[in-house]
Amino acid sequence: MPEHAADSHAQPDHVVPVGTYVLVFLALMVGTAVTVAASYVDLGMWNTPVAMLIAVTKAGLVVSFFMHLKYSPRLYWIWLGAAVFFLAHLLLGTGADFLGHLFLNLGSPGT
Amino acid sequence: MSSPSETPVAVHHPALRHHFDTMATQKDSSLLGMWVFIAQEIMFFGGMLAAYAIYRNVYYDAFAAGSHHLDVKLGTVNTAVLICSSLTMALGVHAAALGKRKATVLFLLLTIALGSVFLGIKVVEYADKFHHDLVPGPRYSAEGLHGPHGEALTADTARHSELFFALYFGLTGLHALHMIIGVPIIAIMAWKAGHGRFGPGYYTPVEVTGLYWHFVDIVWIFLFPLLYLIPHHA
Repeated sequence: MPEHAADSHAQPDHVVPVGTYVLVFLALMVGTAVTVAASYVDLGMWNTPVAMLIAVTKAGLVVSFFMHLKYSPRLYWIWLGAAVFFLAHLLLGTGADFLGHLFLNLGSPGT
Repeated sequence: MSSPSETPVAVHHPALRHHFDTMATQKDSSLLGMWVFIAQEIMFFGGMLAAYAIYRNVYYDAFAAGSHHLDVKLGTVNTAVLICSSLTMALGVHAAALGKRKATVLFLLLTIALGSVFLGIKVVEYADKFHHDLVPGPRYSAEGLHGPHGEALTADTARHSELFFALYFGLTGLHALHMIIGVPIIAIMAWKAGHGRFGPGYYTPVEVTGLYWHFVDIVWIFLFPLLYLIPHHA
């Protein structure tokens, strides 16, 4: 009943094969395991950057395949990119202010 | 997909709203709307993440002590549960795109079940924090928290650990709220799918719901290491 001739001229949707979803799922599970394992290893200052690098990779997989962004119009990419761009500004801006206080003797940032 | 009457222009999909020319345009508009909403959501969570980033750097020892009280096992299980629910959601959208009605309903119900398991584990975790007086407020007590070698916290670190739990409840609470909103929406989608409202020509609501659910999964992918896995050493 939902199949209508009106749609036959519309562009067919890109259907991602189930195998791709399963591969992405396995990669996400492995990524989780690696994140937990890495947190028990002393990497000095690199523990958090490593955890975030894995998280960004996992998020990239979800966005690209589960959310179909890889197969979507560039317009959607621009919206996601804009949000990530401004989020980076938010974090880097406040971070730079924090580091300035820490290293340039502008007073303690905590008090 | 060819129906008996092969007059594409005249036939009108019942789901096509009058202000759209084609189903494709209508679908693109719906998906773009969801991406704009997600962009807004990133900034919404971003504000609290920025607060977290700053305070974690200022009060590192307090955040590490607070983080070590969280149950890594439960956090890991919940991460896996949420990733599973993302897979079932993706498979639900996939089934809807192929017009498989029963599979769509099944995968959407599985997604709801997994989302409920996640929220259930969250309840257990929250109950533990209430039990140990680790909920920010007048009853807050850092007596259950310890430093890297099991030693008691200094007065300052103990005081600042309340900030960790304020952000823990704020971030995970906001995340859980998104799931509590998502579950009934998926239930509505399952009901509609079961009643044959979707098919290969029209399943946009399922796909938009999927985008929302996957976004909520991504938020947790960041929250889990940030909250549960803070190493003691600075």
